[in-house]
Order: sequence, then structure tokens, then C-alpha cells
Amino acid sequence: MKLLILLAVAILAVLPWFAGSYLITVMIFIFFYAYLGQAWNIVGGYAGQLSAGHAAFVGIGGYAAALLSAHAGLSPWIGMWIGGALAAVLGAVIGYLGFRFGLRGFYFVLLTVAFAEICRVIALNVDAVGGALGLYITFTGNPRQFQFQDNRAYYYVALALMLLATAVVRAIERHRFGAYLTAIRQDESACEALGVDTLRVKMQAMVLSSFLTGVGGTFYAFYLFSLQPNAVFGIPLSVEIIIRPIVGGAGTVMGPILGSFILSPLAEISRTYFAQGGWNGLHLIVYGVLLIAVVLFLPQGAYPALLRLARRRPA
Amino acid sequence: MSLLDVSALTKRFGGLLAVNGLDLSLAKGEMLGLIGPNGAGKTTVFNLLSGFLSPDRGEIRFGGRNVVGLKPHELCRLGMARTFQIVRPFPQLSVVDNVKVAALARHSGMAQALDSARAVVERVGLGARAEARAGGLTLADRKRLELARALATEPSLLLLDEVMAGLNATEIDAMVRLVAGINAEGISVLLIEHNMRAVMSLSHRIVVLSFGEKISSGTPREVAADRRVVEAYLGEEYVHPPQA
Repeated sequence: MKLLILLAVAILAVLPWFAGSYLITVMIFIFFYAYLGQAWNIVGGYAGQLSAGHAAFVGIGGYAAALLSAHAGLSPWIGMWIGGALAAVLGAVIGYLGFRFGLRGFYFVLLTVAFAEICRVIALNVDAVGGALGLYITFTGNPRQFQFQDNRAYYYVALALMLLATAVVRAIERHRFGAYLTAIRQDESACEALGVDTLRVKMQAMVLSSFLTGVGGTFYAFYLFSLQPNAVFGIPLSVEIIIRPIVGGAGTVMGPILGSFILSPLAEISRTYFAQGGWNGLHLIVYGVLLIAVVLFLPQGAYPALLRLARRRPA
Repeated sequence: MSLLDVSALTKRFGGLLAVNGLDLSLAKGEMLGLIGPNGAGKTTVFNLLSGFLSPDRGEIRFGGRNVVGLKPHELCRLGMARTFQIVRPFPQLSVVDNVKVAALARHSGMAQALDSARAVVERVGLGARAEARAGGLTLADRKRLELARALATEPSLLLLDEVMAGLNATEIDAMVRLVAGINAEGISVLLIEHNMRAVMSLSHRIVVLSFGEKISSGTPREVAADRRVVEAYLGEEYVHPPQA
């Protein structure tokens, strides 16, 4: 298994030198959404707290880094941590409201969506942050400004982000924190009786998850050179973040990556393919059908199903 | 000195006085039975003691310290562990991983917690099922698992809520021996139990609840002979047969 992972990382590391720019772009999206999915996985997958408003953290992180860069001349390499910290503060507020007052299931979903919508409406209406026009970032091609002439640089940054978040999740899984998260997902009251401070553990998960997601916002902003309130704070982005880990296997280390390798190319290919045929929007239907199929046939996601297959074969 | 001292404990749910002015004390090393007809308020008492509910009035002193208002996890760390009448295993985790979560309350390292969990799993007789998924256990094994998890938090007081319920005669005998052994090791036990044979043979003293109030207490023999107890369980006419 270890060897397999090393091999996969090695292939990904040399791939840009053999691949065309279209494939590189697709890979960047795979890595980036795997990263966001991995960040969500901590609170949504392991702890089982279904946040459906993670776009808010991407938006906060992206806006913070972009504004700091434009108005204070602060390098996005520093701004990304500040953006992450601000996202973590928002995550703490949402988490406290949700966990302290016992909002579970649907109610927590609604709370997280509501906060993301509040952020979206604010960004739309405050002209100081660009208002409805959004924020545009001037391209300088200066690596210090998180901008690169060569697409391959973005590729490596996105790959590094994905590997970093995966390493974090793997470390969590092997420590007490991870054991507590998994147990909380299955029975919170039982955890309390066994000495687990569930409020604190869930808060830690939410803060870490929103911090990492916020850091990703900087990449979003400086890769796409623009931030549109409806795009970065909107429900569709939150859904994009959630479905990869769910399809791949929520609460597993490999789930978000596998999910992203399945869904991101599918979205990309079906989008271009159907658009050429004049079927704009059909890719969303394909997406929807796939989601329904996963929920029906692989309720725990693709990764656990793959593991079962791999175990069955030698036996 | 007593380990647990409860005085004037009262809890009301709307118009229902679930627990009314309960006084209770439990000495170190003692096994105290808490019995009463269905709906007498026994589980409410457990929920109050273990911090899942907060009392309207009254005091709970555990180890000499007032613990009213503490959360369940804080009480667990202080050494009070409970089981649930309706068992609550983590269904997707293995037996030993279930117990490991509890052992982490005392051991911060995963390896030590796992060692400790394995020992407890052996202790309750689940060794052969250690790697089985908890969701697939029989009821008797799930009751053992519930007990194992409570034990793994290394309590000084164990609150057992109907660990015999739903077991057959052989399984009850095994559970009685297990609970007696745990108590013999010096862990105090407060036992809610409907199985009279088990509670009579295990308890040093018994407190009887009916409609939220203590109606009797004493040794098993004394309690069994108390007509208020018979009345509460079997109805008034059993004690005063109607004249023909």
C-alpha cells in the first residue's frame, strides 16, 4: 500500500512534463477539489457534522487574501494564512451556535447554509469588496504574488495542498482526536458518558476544517484571478465540496481524493462535451444521476467498496 | 465516608414529578440496588447522577465534592461511569475499538489505550469477539460491551442500568458473577435492576423507588419483607385481599 502511494505521488510529480495544458488544467481542479473535500472531510466525514456551507470559508479566505494583496500590498503567501484564520473564526462561530445549542442533522445543515448565504449577500452589497461585480486580480505573473506564467506551477501548488491536507487527515485518524471524531459520528451521548468532551472535539474539528478550507480560498482567487460573490459563496460550490468525499467515501483518508478523481474529470468532460452539442447544463443531470447511483449502490462511498473488493479477491 | 451522597434530589418533567426529594448514600466498595416498578424514576436518577439531566433541586456529592452542574464527560473523568439501559455501542467500530474510545479517557496514547482496552475486553469475556463489529453482536455480548466500555474509563463508581435485561438464565448467571467480581475489586456499584434474583443476590443494600419517591430501603431481606414494596409492585389488593 505504501509503495502504491509512493508510486502514485511520483507519477503525479512528473506528469506535467509529459502532459498537455488541458490535462494539467483538469488535474489542477482534481487536486484542488480533493483538497477542499479533504478539509470538509474532517468535520463532515469523520465527525459526521454535515456542513453544507463550506463555500463561505473559501470565499472568506479568497476575499481576505485578495483584498490584503490589493490594498495592503501583502503577499498572498502570507494572506492565505490570514484568510484561513478568518475562516476559522467564522467556523468557530457557526460551530459554537450549532454544537452548543444542539442543532443536529438537517438543522445544522440549514445553519451552515444560512451563514454562507449571509456572506454571499454581504459580498454582493458591500462595494468596498467589489459588490456585485466581484473582485478582479491583476495578473502580474509574479510568483511572490501567487501568480505564475506556467500552469505547471499551479499544478504543483494544488498537488501540495492536496497532499498536505491528506497528511493532516491521516495523522488525525491515528490519534485520539480521530478516534473521538469517529465515535462522535456514531453515538454522541455514549461518547459523553465515556469522558469525551464532545462540544470541544467538534469545535476543534470545525475550526481546523474551516481553516484549511479558507487557505484554499487563496488558491481559488489567484488561480482564477477573480472572485464573484455568487460563485465563491454560493450553494453550488458548497455542494461541489461535499459530493467528492461523499462519492469517494466520507470519513476515510482516500475518499475525497478518489471522489475527486471520479467526479472532477466527469464534470469537466461532460461540460465541454455537452456544451459542444448545444446541451448546456446536461452535465449537471449526469452529475445528479451519478450521485443517486452512489447513494443507492455505494452508500459508504467508492473507497470502502474498493477495499472490500480488494479483500475479497485473495480469499 | 460515603462515596456518593444524594440529598433532596428532585426532577420535574412538566406536570410529572419524576424524582421527588430522594436521599441516597453509597459507601465506598458498596453495591447498592435501586429497584422499583416501571416508571418509578430509576433511569431519571441515573441521568441526574451522571450529568445527562440537571436536577431542579437537591445536592449530589461525589467523593465529597458537589457535582451538580457538571457535564457527563467531567463526571466520567472524576470516576463515575454509567451504562445505558438501551445499549449504545459504536456500531461500525470493532469491540476493542469501542472500548479503546473509553480507555482514551485515562490513556492519551493510542497504544496504551489499546492495551488497556484489550485487557478489559478479556475481563468481561469478550476476548473471542474482540475484532468483531459491535453492530453485529448478540444482545448478551452488547451488554458485556456496554459494561466493558464503562470499566475502561477506570471508575470508582459504576452505575449499571439494567445490564441483565433481555438475557437468558445462563447469561444472567454469568453477568452476576462478572458484576460481583468487579465489585470485589473495590469498584462501588449502583445497580438498577428488574431481575429480582440478580439484584437480591448482588446488593448489599437496596433502595426502592415508586412514583419518584423512596418508599423503602434496607438489606435485601428487609426490603423483600416490606409491605409497601409488595404493594408498589403487586398492587394494594395483594396486601389487603378484598373481603369475599
